[in-house]
Amino acid sequence: MTGGGEARPAAEDRRIGPAILEMRNITLRFGGVTAIHDISFDVREGEIRAIIGPNGAGKSSMLNVISGFYRPQEGEVWFRGERRRRLRPYEVARQGIARTFQNIALFQGMSVLDNIMTGRLNLMGASILAQALWWGRAEREEVAHRGKVERIIDFLEIQHVRKTPVGRLPYGLKKRVELARALAAEPRILLLDEPMAGMNVEEKEDMCRFILDANDEFGTTIVLIEHDMGVVMDLSDRVVVMDYGRKIADGPPETVRTDRAVIDAYLGVAHG
Amino acid sequence: MLYREAGDFKTSYAADGQTFPIAFDRRRYQAVLVLAFGVVPFLVNDYWANAVLVPFLIYAIAAIGLNILTGYCGQVSLGTGGFMAVGAYACYKLMTAFPEVSVLLHILLAGTVTALVGMLFGIPSLRIKGFYLAVATLAAQFFLVWLFNKVPWFYNHSASGQISAPERSVLGLAVTGAATAPWAKYLVCLAFAVGLAWIARNLTRGSLGRQWMAIRDMDIAAEIIGVNPLRAKLTAFAISSFYVGVAGALMFAVYLGAVEVGEAFGVNKAFLVLFMIIIGGLGSIFGSFAGAAFLVLLPVLLKNLLVDGLGWSTALAAHVELMIVGALIVFFLVVEPHGLAQLWRLAKEKLRLWPFPH
Repeated sequence: MTGGGEARPAAEDRRIGPAILEMRNITLRFGGVTAIHDISFDVREGEIRAIIGPNGAGKSSMLNVISGFYRPQEGEVWFRGERRRRLRPYEVARQGIARTFQNIALFQGMSVLDNIMTGRLNLMGASILAQALWWGRAEREEVAHRGKVERIIDFLEIQHVRKTPVGRLPYGLKKRVELARALAAEPRILLLDEPMAGMNVEEKEDMCRFILDANDEFGTTIVLIEHDMGVVMDLSDRVVVMDYGRKIADGPPETVRTDRAVIDAYLGVAHG
Repeated sequence: MLYREAGDFKTSYAADGQTFPIAFDRRRYQAVLVLAFGVVPFLVNDYWANAVLVPFLIYAIAAIGLNILTGYCGQVSLGTGGFMAVGAYACYKLMTAFPEVSVLLHILLAGTVTALVGMLFGIPSLRIKGFYLAVATLAAQFFLVWLFNKVPWFYNHSASGQISAPERSVLGLAVTGAATAPWAKYLVCLAFAVGLAWIARNLTRGSLGRQWMAIRDMDIAAEIIGVNPLRAKLTAFAISSFYVGVAGALMFAVYLGAVEVGEAFGVNKAFLVLFMIIIGGLGSIFGSFAGAAFLVLLPVLLKNLLVDGLGWSTALAAHVELMIVGALIVFFLVVEPHGLAQLWRLAKEKLRLWPFPH
């Protein structure tokens, strides 16, 4: 067990609903290179879904398709029972899909608090005039959202750095602030691209706890890319395995773990 | 011992988010405002108003405007002179077309016209960044100056090609034209500068300001968390140009009175305002004032020192001044890219702990 404790209820006992996101026959090409080849899978409401695979398998590309940053040449994305039309990334964010990045993508010149507040911008609606005069809705909103953000700050235990410019923080805390910024948007689906990359064991355990708690307390659906197999097997309800842009396995961790194709992909297979 | 957070407990998020969290700072700014509005107008003479205070306030407005675009939203602009010219010519056309309307309203409308023009020239920013955008705005600078020289309608077909401000008064008090008292010029500019600085502060600490800064710090991440880059960049261009336009209108109508566009609003002016925000501090309202004060006061000081004090020739002093300004810009870019505002911030951090820094 990497974290989370033994008391975690089995998937059936938690509120896992119907599929909220469905990827249907997604194919993504960059020029002559096919990054994703005809992949379909779904994500159920409230579950933790992992995407794993060797380097270059197309995992991050898949996340970029979900967040609208890449547009697949073929295939459909169905979100909450509707086929998603071509959207710009900020429109996808507005629909309730938030994400973190493999390489931290925080706003270096802003404080931790401002970074997290930026995550809530789609929940704020004061007019420019009201903001200019700091009057009425603008002022009320700022205070109300600050309250919400403080709750997330408490949850992720970063109270002591809330006014520190992000650039000064150590790596582990930056990762946590990025998670906080994504959670602040109150997303329906949270995409995490290697949230534990480059962390030591202790930081990984903390991060696992935060991910599980976010899933339990806020009921956030989580799609996660991770290389640490221990973490993936412990956290996730179902796992998609990719290799060279193709899906080679899909199912609960215990079945995927013993799948022949997965073992071959990770360990290599003798040709000849 | 006055400069402390200790004992000044915040009990609400509104109190914690205020501009000056330290009580001493708040009182200091209030004192400056009382002095600026209540005492200085009675003391100011023609030399101080025209050589120092009025240009300082006008450049401060322009610097805040450019700082919103460059310092907060990260879009470099070299078109400031051109946009100031738009403000000046819009103000001139409005003043001559509607003489019965208050000139203060004309100045605000001139800002609005400039905002629209600025948005138009901001559209390329969606496709191009950095260097390339700077060159595109430089094109705006040259195009606008050329336009105001070329089309006689803009200067009402006057023989000299200049525009000159007709006499207008507010509440029976002349604010434009030759008969304006120095303290009236000063008060008009001060009122605009204080009001616009307050609005800029509100905008930059709220949701819109955070969107600008998000675009500045990492535009791709900003878009993925939900910032609409089109809206963020165009609002920055519009609001920035509004400030620059008001500064141009004030410079023409209140300060200079008569203007020849290539001379008053050439590319030199664009660089001057850019230097102000670099020296003062990118992304800081206080820095805009500090930079404007520095570059307005420096020539006056050097002239007094070198010409009157040491008896150098005016030409030599002017060249030395250019060299000093150039050296300072290099110095700030290398040593302290966040400018005077950052030095001031560091001094305040130190002061908070003084005299026991450990």
